[in-house]
Amino acid sequence: MNLTTTSNPMVSQPYLVRDVVKETYDTFTLTLESQNGANVFQPGQFSMLWVFGVGELPISISGPPSHHDKLVYTVRSVGQATHALVSQDAGCGVGVRGPFGTGWPVEKAKGRDVIIAAGGIGLAPLRPMIYEILGNREAYGRLVILYGARSPRDLLYRKELVAWARHRDTQVLVTVDYGGLAWRGHVGVVTTLFKYARLQPSCSTAMVCGPEIMMRFVARELEGHGLARKDIYLSMERNMKCAVGFCGHCQYGPHFICKDGPIFPYEQLRPLLEKYEL
Amino acid sequence: METLERIIAEHSFFTDLDSDFLALMVGCASNVVFKAGTYILKEGDPADTFYLIRAGKVAVEVVAPQHKPIIVSTLEEGDLLGWSWLMPPFQWKFHARAVSDVRAIALNGKCLRTKCDENHDLGYEVLKRFARIIEERLEATRLQLLDIYAVRR
Repeated sequence: MNLTTTSNPMVSQPYLVRDVVKETYDTFTLTLESQNGANVFQPGQFSMLWVFGVGELPISISGPPSHHDKLVYTVRSVGQATHALVSQDAGCGVGVRGPFGTGWPVEKAKGRDVIIAAGGIGLAPLRPMIYEILGNREAYGRLVILYGARSPRDLLYRKELVAWARHRDTQVLVTVDYGGLAWRGHVGVVTTLFKYARLQPSCSTAMVCGPEIMMRFVARELEGHGLARKDIYLSMERNMKCAVGFCGHCQYGPHFICKDGPIFPYEQLRPLLEKYEL
Repeated sequence: METLERIIAEHSFFTDLDSDFLALMVGCASNVVFKAGTYILKEGDPADTFYLIRAGKVAVEVVAPQHKPIIVSTLEEGDLLGWSWLMPPFQWKFHARAVSDVRAIALNGKCLRTKCDENHDLGYEVLKRFARIIEERLEATRLQLLDIYAVRR
């Protein structure tokens, strides 16, 4: 297999935009095709996407790890560079560096129940892990997905959420912080879903991604339900530039998020999470 | 057939409650059903009941002037609805609407209040259990107020 690896992690590889799918009013999923060969990544890793003439962005891979011919990214359009990225037409060129960083603990989770807790666009870096579990169903125990978004119109992957819930031994619980009268689902922050989840804490591994404060509360809730700190993993986010631990933009205490993370065990992060202004 | 006593005894709210107190609770309890779309309680109405939801979904709504009602939280099987019966002026502060058909146990708050006044051990047990729920919901509300998924510019 011809892998798209280069000896210099600072050099982008050429990719073509295959399609851009609108997920919500401000969030889009891009599928990119390599011009140089296959792509291998671990669920939870990210790439640096270079929009020519605009800038470079760290974006988590949100597609299936088994698809080696393309890379999928879900991007929220909130600034100039993200807007330029999601405005690309099919056939446009994008530079890709990576994949970078640590992935979710795929091997460690095998044979155990997996609790996926996501908030907002935090579901995107967890989606490859969900694909991994559902594609190798016998290798894992129960899958519990807890997903919170701001409002019904902010929910990502709506059709997939319904489809995932149909898999055996899979529980999908979705909530929104604010619901209009037409919304018939759950309303409340993501931590309120735990009381409806069927958990077996002693044999579960939890993977959490979302705003940092949400992860802090979720980790606390998981601990309260009996999960060991070593079995809880969080995906951190900081301003990443070089993606290889040279520039220091993403320094978080003694760690570089790009190189040592973005996935960390909770027990490693816990002392830092409650520090002011870190 | 499930008896009220068994249903109440098995509810997490009453876990480890003394059997005499449990019997007092059962004396204040009755089975109720609400059709989807009906209001279980309305803001400003006298608060003299609380509910243990057995099945279905309840939306807690707040009405803001010139806005459609907003659902601030939903409650489902196993959840408890209503604590305004505990504190003066004993009036509901929110609307609660059955989103789907709801089966619940209604507990007469007025009756329970009298029993709590007469027996402070019972009153302490009841307040401790409500305080835990209020604390959980306060924490969730604080997190909700942070609007953590909003774009920060």
